[in-house]
Formats: sequence, structure tokens, C-alpha cells
Amino acid sequence: MMMQRLRRSEEFIRFGCESLINLRPNKNSVPRSVSGFVTHYDTKGKLFESNVGNHYNTHRCLGRNLGMLQQYKCFGSSSASQIERKPLFSSLDSKDVSSFKEILGDKNVVEDEERLETANTDWMKKYKGSSKLMLLPKNTEEVSQILQYCDSRRLAVVPQGGNTGLVGGSVPVFDEVIINVGLMNKVLAFDEVSGVLVCEAGCILENLATFLDTKGFIMPLDLGAKGSCHIGGNVSTNAGGLRLIRYGSLHGTVLAVTANGNVLDMLGTLRKDNTGYDLKHLFIGSEGSLGIVTKVSILTQPKLSSVNLAFIACKDYLSCQKILVEAKKNLGEILSAFEFLDNNSMDLVLNHLDGVRNPVSSTENFYILIETTGSDETNDREKLEAFLLKSLEKGLVSDGVIAQDINQASSFWRIREGITEALQKAGAVYKYDLSLPVEEIYNIVNDLRRRLGELANVMGYGHLGDGNLHLNISAADYNDKLIGLIEPYVYEWTSKHRGSISAEHGLGVMKANEIFYSKSPETVAIMASIKKLLDPKGILNPYKVLPHSLFSH
Amino acid sequence: MNTPSLFISGGLNLPPPEIKICFCSLFFYFFSFCCYRAMKILVAVKRVVDYAVKIRVKPDKTGVDTQNVKMSMNPFCEIALEEALRIREAGFAKEVVAVSIGPSQCVDTLRTGLAMGADRGIHVETNSSFLPLTIAKILKSLAEVENPGLIFLGKQAIDDDCNQTGQMVAALLGWPQATFASKVVLDKDKHVATVDREVDGGLETLCVELPAVITTDLRLNQPRYASLPNIMKAKSKPIKKMTVQDLKVDVKSDIEILEVTEPPKRKSGVMVSSVDELIDKLRNEAHVF
Repeated sequence: MMMQRLRRSEEFIRFGCESLINLRPNKNSVPRSVSGFVTHYDTKGKLFESNVGNHYNTHRCLGRNLGMLQQYKCFGSSSASQIERKPLFSSLDSKDVSSFKEILGDKNVVEDEERLETANTDWMKKYKGSSKLMLLPKNTEEVSQILQYCDSRRLAVVPQGGNTGLVGGSVPVFDEVIINVGLMNKVLAFDEVSGVLVCEAGCILENLATFLDTKGFIMPLDLGAKGSCHIGGNVSTNAGGLRLIRYGSLHGTVLAVTANGNVLDMLGTLRKDNTGYDLKHLFIGSEGSLGIVTKVSILTQPKLSSVNLAFIACKDYLSCQKILVEAKKNLGEILSAFEFLDNNSMDLVLNHLDGVRNPVSSTENFYILIETTGSDETNDREKLEAFLLKSLEKGLVSDGVIAQDINQASSFWRIREGITEALQKAGAVYKYDLSLPVEEIYNIVNDLRRRLGELANVMGYGHLGDGNLHLNISAADYNDKLIGLIEPYVYEWTSKHRGSISAEHGLGVMKANEIFYSKSPETVAIMASIKKLLDPKGILNPYKVLPHSLFSH
Repeated sequence: MNTPSLFISGGLNLPPPEIKICFCSLFFYFFSFCCYRAMKILVAVKRVVDYAVKIRVKPDKTGVDTQNVKMSMNPFCEIALEEALRIREAGFAKEVVAVSIGPSQCVDTLRTGLAMGADRGIHVETNSSFLPLTIAKILKSLAEVENPGLIFLGKQAIDDDCNQTGQMVAALLGWPQATFASKVVLDKDKHVATVDREVDGGLETLCVELPAVITTDLRLNQPRYASLPNIMKAKSKPIKKMTVQDLKVDVKSDIEILEVTEPPKRKSGVMVSSVDELIDKLRNEAHVF
């Protein structure tokens, strides 16, 4: 059919290297994501290695493997010293394996080295555990039985979803048992009147979006990893993404979770329910340390037909801020995304990704993506054009383009969503995800540039509309001198301006000990008591989220 | 303008008759050059369902559901317009005119064309959906009014996949045609266009005399984005409204669309347990023999 041929040939021309991957025979396992990100994930481990330059792929970790008991930390996570495995946790033995096989059946107890290799390594290839066992439960009862067994035997576990986290929260630190919810991927119910979707935790975000698309609805969140991440993982990490500015965080849109060890059935589909303490908020963002999310009930939004996207260039950060204020005023109810990226990020994407071109003809210091979603095509279009032309006259915008069709829109998004991918290809990358007051956001990038000088390339991009900066430092190689200059400088800077050291990525194992930069000791102490209440033996995702010092009992 | 004097001062002492001939040829050169400089390019653009949208057939099977669905310019028409703009920027043409035939919303598509850089637009307003022959007749009438040196069209529209309009326009006008163009090179002197065509066996190179009709294929160019300054300029560019009656075109169609259905859903395969069962199924269910 013409459309398919056009699409395929478009992909061939415009998405260069990806097309090589698209020509592979069996593509039907994961639908292709608009951003192209999925080709990375669905072949993680194998194909990914062939894409990445050799200097990055040497698995520097291998040289520092000091045995199973000590963590396989490749390089520069926090400046905290090496973590040690808690002797209180038991080690896996054959009796455990056979008990698991009784609960789950032989097929869903994985001891195969190759599969464990991928499950043990995180997406950034920064953290690698040494787990010997992965379990694949199919429903809540099986999860509950597994956890009760692990609790009785004091076996540490790691809940795992799509394994796309960026702070090492989804992989084992030592030999924890991996509980992967990938088999729990059914959509349970969808109410077309209220828009409430009930599904199991292992559903891939993009699959849910495709399902909802046929019904005329959209998911309230959208992120670059949508081709691989699971909704359960999104909920556990309170993922933000590109649509937060319009639809709010998951705390607002998730109606219930069922988490467990003991099955806590909080699964409801009511929009309003003020009966007692709302416990689901504890689990949203707890990163698997308080319980495992098995089912999610989420409020979805009707799909609006008119989506417009503009890509504009500005000379300086002050203009970006002014444009943000003006956009919120003038585009108000139709504004659905406001992202920014700086010149270094644009250069990186143009150099490392194929089939990408700069939409504006001039190179400027900052680029902004503004998306509007509404129900009236002509009206929205006129509003957006009027706003942009006014900004052009005022001198806030130096140049810009408006996407004329969905194809152009997805090529604009490819630039913004492809930065993470380009960073992986460029070599070593240190990632920081900070929430700061909008005026301060770019100051940290400039300060860090001055501090690091020629040593590394500092990039700043992110969700300007939410005050969220993704600070990335790219260097040819990982080295301790660089990490020493970056941390704890970045955390102290953030703390001084009352920002958050983790806006949406979570703490995981990377920032477990840094929580004090953003939360007071009293608050953290209460968090620790809640953890002890819900997980007395501390088997759920240990060594992560909360500082290790609190649990040295 | 300097050429005649250069020729004479070139040091060649030619007798008068040859100078006269040279002057004639030079005059012809300037004439054609001026004609070239004044050349207009007509680009036909169609408003179609955006190619990234999943289409659905209407329940009454009369067509595809286009309510609340994103519409945009046919991708091949974008490529055609881009090529026309590049030719104008290279100095071979003076004006690019975009024309669209359809309901009032076609103005949006024309505005996109103007924002890309076309000089003016023509909207032939009609609420009926015409088949390629009628469109070709309308474009022929327009060509007789506007006198373009080149007519660019996309090779086909992604909603009907007809691939007929360009060829029909050329036949009605009696002009040469070069379809599926993947490269277009204009020759200033000889007033021809050399076009590489994408055909099944590879590439075919044609030389067509102007005026001609060219339909564009995917690899010809990558269309430009509509930049803000151009969007601003486009607001003041004129769009002329015309009707089918103005152009005196007979729109009666000999073709009537009876039904539009989705292709049958692919049935899942069946495992057979023996060769006899296979033969039985092939004979009685698949009717292969």
C-alpha cells in the first residue's frame, strides 16, 4: 500500500541508521516508537552494543570485578564509598529454587546466564548486579506467594519492570532475586465514559497508548522510554515526562495501586475518595522499596484532534523564561508541552543521530519546543501563530518553524527525545536530574561549564515548563577526577537554591545517600520508620532510595 | 546586455551577413532568456488525511472517515512545491503559484504552501470530491489562463493512490510529461528539462521540452519547514477564489464509487495433522483444485 511504502521509504531516508534495524525480520514484538527510542531498548544488550562506539563498550566494569560479594559499580556514582552486602540477607540455595518452581512453574524461574546478564545490567550500563535468579510471576497471587517466601527466608528482592531507569534502581546491587513483572501485561478494563484504565503492572507504556488510541484516549504521561518501560515502573518511580505540564503528575492521575507482600487491594476506579489516609501515594514514587505494584488504575484523557508543534530558537536564557511566561498566558489552556535544549545538546544530536536536521536555519543558543493540544484546529493554529509572531516582533524569538504535519512534528520530537540516545553514543555521561526555580536553571549549567573547562561537555535540556533540568556531562571516558569535580558540587548548588536533586528520575542506588540535600533529617527519619513498618526485614529493593546509614542494624 | 559588443570586440572581423545572423541568434537567446525569467510554475496541492493517521472506513461504507482527523498537504505535493521553489530560487522562474481544488478548508493547505514560499494561491472551491479526470480538466483550464512554463504535481495522492492526474493533465494540454521525477535539471539555453525518473528497473533519464508536466517522487528533495518569517509574509499573499463554472469545466463523472471497505482481516493459520487433511482443506476450503 502506498502509505506503507511511503512510510518505509521515509524511514529509510530520514531515519538513516534506524532503517537498518527496521529491516530486521521480526519487528512485531514491540511497536515502533515515534521517537525511535525503542530500537534501542528491544534489543538491549545485543544490538545496542553494535551501535555504540567501542571505547564505551569495553565494559570497564569487568576490570573491577572483585568478586560476587562486593558491588559491581563501574564508576562514579555517588561519592559514597563502596556499598557492602548486608550479611543478614540469606543466600539463594537449591531448595529456594525448587520452591519457586513449585509456585511459578519451571518456565518462569530463570537461571539462564544470558537472560540474567541483561536483567542484571541497567539501561545505561552503569550498574551491574550479580543475581543468580529471575522470577516471572503471572498474577498478584504468585507475587504475594513469592514475597511471603522471600520474607520468611530473608532473601532480598529487586522488583523489575522495563529496566529503563536511570539511577540504578531496577537492577540488583548484589545477588538479590529479580522479580520481573513483564508477564503481567494484560489490560483488565477500560471505561469509555470516565476514561479510567485498569491494567496490570507489566503493560508497556506504548502498548497502552496504542490501545487507548483506538478508543480515542491518550495516556497522561509520555516519555522517551515509552517503547520499553512498564506502567508499574512508571508508577513506582512517579515518572514525569513530556506531558506533566498539562496533565499533572502520576499522584494526580493514578487512582489506585495494589502493592504487596500482603496484598493491599487499593484498586478502585473512583475519581474522588476521601476515606482515610490515601496510602497509594506512599507507593507512587517509592521505587519498589515499600511494595510491588501489580495493578494500576489510571485516569486517561480524551484524545484531542488538534495538535500543533513549534520549534523556536532564542538568543539567551532570559528570553526563554519570558517566552514561558507569555506562553502560559497566551496559550493557557491548550499548552501541552514546553521543552528546551541548549546549543550543545543540539550539536550532539546532529552529530550522533542519523536523519536529523536542525529545523531552524540558524544556530542559536537555545531551542524551545512548544506543543499545543486542543479540539479546534483552526483556532489553535491561529492562537499559536499569533503568539509566535508577537514574540518574534518583541525580539524574544529569533527564528522558528511550525510543523505542518505529523511527520514534521515527530522529527522535531526526535531531536528532543534523541538527546539521551545521542549521549550514550558520545561516550561517558554523567546524568543529573534537578528541579530548580526557573530563573536559576541555566546558572548551574554555566557554573559547571566554568568549573570543568575543557575536561567535559556540559549540556542542559529539559522540561522548562515544570522547572526540571536534565544536566548531562559528556566526556570521552569516565574518570574519578571528573566525578570529584562534579559531585558533591552539583548537589550542594541545588541544595543552596532549595531545589530537588532528583526531579523525576528518583533516587535509586545513585542518589540513595544524597537525600539529605533535599529533605530534612526529621523527614527522612519518618520515611525510615514507614519503611520498617511495611518491610520489617528490609528485603524489598535494599541499598536504594534511603540512606544506608539508617539501616545499619 | 553586453554580449553583442563582446562578440564584436572579440577581435573577429566578420563580414556583415554573419553579424546579422549572430544578432538574430542573440536576440532569440535574450527572448528565450526573458521568457524563462518570466516563467511561471503552477503547483497543484491536495489536502489529504495526514499520512501518520490510522484511517477508518465510515460505517455506511461510502468512504473513509475524515471527521476530526488531522488533514495536511499530500507529502508528494510538498515535494513538488519544494522543487518549484528551488527552481525559482535558482533564477529559472519568476513566480510559483499553488492551486488547490476542494472545500473551504483547502485554504489551510494553500496557506501552508504560501508559508513555504509560494507567491500566490488559487482555490477552486467545490464541495464535491472529484476524480482525477475532472481535476485534470480543471488544471487544464487553469493552465490556459495562467500560461505556466511548468506544472508540478505529486506523483499520486496518498488517499486514493490514483497516480493519474499528472499524466491526464499532460495529455489534455498536449504537453510532454516526466513522471516519478527523482532529479530535475533545467537548461537555460535549450529551454528543456532533463528529468531522472524512477522506474521499476532503475532510473530513466528523459529530456522534455518546456512547457511540460512533471510529477514528483519521494527522493527528489526534502521539503523545507514553514518558518515564522515566511508564515508572517504568507498572511499578505493573495489567494484567488474561483469556481468550476468560472473555468467552464464539465464535472460530470463517468465513475461512481459504489462501496469502500476495509481489507479483510488476516485470518490466523490452521495447523493440520496429516497430508490427507491438508489435501482435503486445499480442495474443499481453499478451492485450489
